[in-house]
Amino acid sequence: MRLTCPLCGERDRREFYYQGDAVSLNRPSPEAGVDAWDDYVHLRDNPAGETRDMWQHEGGCGAWIVVTRNTVTHEVLGTALAGPAAGARI
Amino acid sequence: MKFSGLRVLKEGLTGNRGWTPHWRDPEPKAEYDAVIIGGGGHGLATAYYLASNHGMTNIAVLEKGYIGSGNIGRNTTIVRANYFLPGNSEFYSHSLKLWEGLEQDLNYNVMHSRRGLINLFHSDGQRDAFVRRGNAMLNQGDDAVLLDREGVRKYLPYLDFDNLRFPVYGGLLHPRGGSARHDAVAWGYARGADQRGVDLVQNCEVTGIDIERGVVKGVQTTRGAIRARKVAIVTAGRSGQVAAMAGMRLPIESHVLQAFVTEGLKPVIDHVVSFGMGHFYISQSDKGGLVFGGDLDFYASYAQRGNLPMAEHVMEAGMTLMPMIGKAKVLRSWGGIMDMTPDGSPIIDRTDTEGLFIDCGWCYGGFKAVPASGVALAHLMATGQSHEIAAGFRLDRFRTGRGIIDEEGTGSQHNLH
Repeated sequence: MRLTCPLCGERDRREFYYQGDAVSLNRPSPEAGVDAWDDYVHLRDNPAGETRDMWQHEGGCGAWIVVTRNTVTHEVLGTALAGPAAGARI
Repeated sequence: MKFSGLRVLKEGLTGNRGWTPHWRDPEPKAEYDAVIIGGGGHGLATAYYLASNHGMTNIAVLEKGYIGSGNIGRNTTIVRANYFLPGNSEFYSHSLKLWEGLEQDLNYNVMHSRRGLINLFHSDGQRDAFVRRGNAMLNQGDDAVLLDREGVRKYLPYLDFDNLRFPVYGGLLHPRGGSARHDAVAWGYARGADQRGVDLVQNCEVTGIDIERGVVKGVQTTRGAIRARKVAIVTAGRSGQVAAMAGMRLPIESHVLQAFVTEGLKPVIDHVVSFGMGHFYISQSDKGGLVFGGDLDFYASYAQRGNLPMAEHVMEAGMTLMPMIGKAKVLRSWGGIMDMTPDGSPIIDRTDTEGLFIDCGWCYGGFKAVPASGVALAHLMATGQSHEIAAGFRLDRFRTGRGIIDEEGTGSQHNLH
């Protein structure tokens, strides 16, 4: 699997750290309550198919990247910097 | 049909014409007392113990493929009880005891082999951790022997003891640990359940779970609707999709774990051996293949295959530990889909829907758990009470933060195990 860092270009998967599902783009407020935080920290849609997850280009520029990919085929459908994506609700 | 030495002799002398299929291929009935979704190891064991321990025989196991087509046929077959934390410790200890009586119980040769499992350590700190783990195992009533460097050399003379970076300091030997023939475990439980009246329905994919006013009523399948007052989801890596049919989101991410097997070799590795400084564990099958594996690829995946980086890591770790395997040719590699929980421990519990149960979250350790998981889930479904060996495997422990079972001590969030 190769991922395209928006800043550095296409790189080997080994340069990237995988954080997990891109839920972190929608972090609840500290007062959101137990259920919202349980949703955020633990519960997952865990889709078989298209998903969005967070990777960091730790072996390169250090950027946080939202990767859209297919969990069944390992096809990478797109990558974007997490910063701008974080403002837009998914 | 009962298996025995006499029977083998008789069939051998009469052209092997008397053997019969191990289980029937029934049409699904319109209604059962209980339905188990998933015909893997855990589902089949649950059906078997529901019938044999609780007398519930009007039940069905629904399998979307064929019996044994999932993770029960895709693992590295290791059986052990070397867990550390309360919650896990008593469960896996009980499971190992069940393994030791399994072949007599099932009248089926699952080729369970107590060949001994040796976890190697490579530093003083790791030795301390294994001493502590060994004591926990002894306290649980299981066996553990601390081996020093020379002790390990006696068992595993082929290791690279003087590796400059990762010298072998010693190992923790778990003599009752070992392996079993994974497919035979599925077949043995399937046959045992079938003989007790359980319907094993293959090529029957569940497409919906019927719930009315918070009470489960049955399931929709590709072979028609089936009514049942009790339904259990036992679908490992696919738990998320099946639970979604009941409107649930689970604390689970599915990941891919790879395994590898070489060409058949003469007996050379007599134990199950794990490296302490990289992701590598190995044993030799009775057919002669070296069966080995490593860690997750570390990204969510439903592809039953992995990528090269972890394959490379596993091979490197193997060569670091035992350079003698370098000339063995890898025949096959494959991946299984692991239902990973935040704390790395499983779930056997009821759900918010009355009559709906779930058994999942086995991460990369489900094979050895098959007997005890079956006993515990069957007990829960039949009596409504959690079995004492599995009382800690609660679904709500992540939300409440109470009773987290973090065996590795790395935290209770996804992607830490």
